[in-house]
Amino acid sequence: MSAFHTEEMTLNMGPQHPSTHGVLRFVIKADGEVMREAIPDVGYLHRSIEKIAEKVGYHGFMPYTDRVDYVCAMFTNQGWAMACEKLANVTVPRRGEYCRVVAAEFNRLASHLLTVGLMGMDIGAMTPFLHALREREMINDLIEELCGARLTFNYMRIGGVAWDLPPGWREKALAYLDHLAPILDEFNSLFSYNKICIERLANVAPISAADAINYNLVGPNLRASGVNWDVRRDLPYSVYSELEFEVPLGAGEWGSQGDAMDRYMMRIREMVQSSRILRQALAQMPDGPVLGKVVRNFKPAAGECQVRVESARGDQGWYVVSDGTAFPQRVHVRTGSFAAMGMIQKLSRGLMIADLVVLIASLDVIAPEIDR
Amino acid sequence: MQLWLDSLIAHGVFGPHPSHEWVYTIAITIACALVLMLVALPFASIVTWVERRVWARIQSRIGPNRVGPNGFLQWLADGVKHVCKEDLIPSEADARLFKLAPYLVVLAFILPWAVMPFSSGLILADLNIGILYITAVPALTVVGILMGGWASNNKWSLIGGIRSAAQIISYEIPAGLSIFPIVLMTGTLSMQGIIRAQGWAPDRWFIFANPFCFVAAFIMFISSLAENNRTPFDLPEAESELVAGFATEYSSMRYLFFFMAEWGNMFIAAAIVVTLFLGGWQFPLLTRSAVVMNALQFVAFMVKCLFLVLVSMWVRGTLPRVRIDQMMSLCWKYFVPISFINLIGTAVWVAIFPDGNAIVRWGMLAFGVAIAVLFASRVITFTRRSGMELYLRPTI
Repeated sequence: MSAFHTEEMTLNMGPQHPSTHGVLRFVIKADGEVMREAIPDVGYLHRSIEKIAEKVGYHGFMPYTDRVDYVCAMFTNQGWAMACEKLANVTVPRRGEYCRVVAAEFNRLASHLLTVGLMGMDIGAMTPFLHALREREMINDLIEELCGARLTFNYMRIGGVAWDLPPGWREKALAYLDHLAPILDEFNSLFSYNKICIERLANVAPISAADAINYNLVGPNLRASGVNWDVRRDLPYSVYSELEFEVPLGAGEWGSQGDAMDRYMMRIREMVQSSRILRQALAQMPDGPVLGKVVRNFKPAAGECQVRVESARGDQGWYVVSDGTAFPQRVHVRTGSFAAMGMIQKLSRGLMIADLVVLIASLDVIAPEIDR
Repeated sequence: MQLWLDSLIAHGVFGPHPSHEWVYTIAITIACALVLMLVALPFASIVTWVERRVWARIQSRIGPNRVGPNGFLQWLADGVKHVCKEDLIPSEADARLFKLAPYLVVLAFILPWAVMPFSSGLILADLNIGILYITAVPALTVVGILMGGWASNNKWSLIGGIRSAAQIISYEIPAGLSIFPIVLMTGTLSMQGIIRAQGWAPDRWFIFANPFCFVAAFIMFISSLAENNRTPFDLPEAESELVAGFATEYSSMRYLFFFMAEWGNMFIAAAIVVTLFLGGWQFPLLTRSAVVMNALQFVAFMVKCLFLVLVSMWVRGTLPRVRIDQMMSLCWKYFVPISFINLIGTAVWVAIFPDGNAIVRWGMLAFGVAIAVLFASRVITFTRRSGMELYLRPTI
């Protein structure tokens, strides 16, 4: 074979490429269909959100947090609100906490539906994508009734949430959960357990548990590698300690542990658990106010704090430094997609170009969350 | 028409002393070519509308329903839109090859219509090597696609073109090998000859003639999906990997040509399968009138072909795309050996039962019906279980 001369080809994938989920860019060094390496290039969606926080103040920053990760904006809302509450020692009314959990878990369902649908589209099946988006639209309708927005919610406030559940909303939400359970089964039998789907996803870019920890993977990507860690259970915040749910782990039923199929199935299983959490939260929800007393001129005492929320893309850290004025001195968000992007270069070696698309989709990388 | 030509000759339109036969031959050729063009091109375009509607229902959407009744004229609107768009040729592209490529692809889709056996009388040229011709000519597509991919001077296009070459050439082999069992049984390569060797009743179709033919029919259909770059083998244009594959740099009507050829080739592939395995235009002899019989045969042929076209749309709406190595291993590790077994098996079968075996034929027919019933019951069960209401009304 040494007489067969091959040449490395440099391919530019993105930022305008249909499967880079927004604006990601990869420089691919390929030998025919097989990649030597894919080097991620981030920064195309950088909007200086962390810097903006230093200029707009604590209350005013809430709408900006929606833009940190617009696919699951409830969690960024919640992270910011929790950080501010921790700085200023604000207690949230219990109904407010439940409203937060309900909104956030519905948002997790919506985000995971988008992820599994996009996985379908990225391996060439349009139908699962549209079926998943059809279900996501219904969640968007529910959330729209809750807070008036379908994408950038701006629902939570420091000290609680902006609005209580509208009348009749609880019944609608429960009816939707009843509707979703068989749809998920149908989705699985249509797409997840499809022979071609399993062939495409199984054994693609497996991540070992040690690698997952070393590269700072979080959330479903981490659990797919078998690391049993979920912020909701292990560092309970809000009212998650009162709710019962399982943390699914990847076991490599279809290939090796931590492969793309495991990461994909993690989303499907988390949707089932989210439905379970939602049912409990909707049932246990106490009466009372949803928003605590918070001064309009919000000036937390000087200090710093770090809070963690389990967003749809995993452990999201909010680090806020206050100097006692009405504006935070420094805000930093630690997001899962950024860490996942860091791992792509290592994982891409020896994969095929078609597998890179699967890898990006299975890591659930969302462009705004990488750059902020 | 003959009278009209005679009067033209008498008036000296074709010169002072033309040979009447030459004038007739050329006139008939041109007339047939025009008829085929006028049938084939709109047919391929209308299939786009059908596909979009069918696909929309699979995906619980409505699909195009604005232009004309139920959106039927959507294909015209699309055509007009594409003609009006700017015909962009990248400055770094090889302009001549870039322009030539779509024509080759369209040519590859028009030529097979010459031997398309619509009925016992409706066939332009009943070539004695018709089935070879109809499998060989569509392979021109690969030249067009490779040329377009190369001339675009874009790496994504190039990968698409190379993938297409690898894929179409590989799948020609199982497709070709699946024809030979039928040729062994009939001893002819003529499309009409193969159809005449079958009967109108399913037990006389070659798909049920013996177990080898049954397998060969499926290999033929799947290979034809791959040859036409249809899902799950749409790797050359894989929109999520290669942007649009070989068509990335194309715009305007040239882009449309590629896709018109793809949709038209669906029909040609279906026609090959119908001719070889599903009895072609065969229809029970109901009347002595040749015109009525030909019309009935035409309808029978079209119904069978459109059914297979619908199946390939259904497949497209259901399955994800395979990876290139999986596609290649499917072809070389499974289809080619199985095709050889079919060929040898049929040869042995023909030696043992020169006139076929009625028990096996009926057994295979019962097997086929059982598979169809099982499949239908599964569809019904899953539809009920999903609890979704079906939109069966076509007029939304």
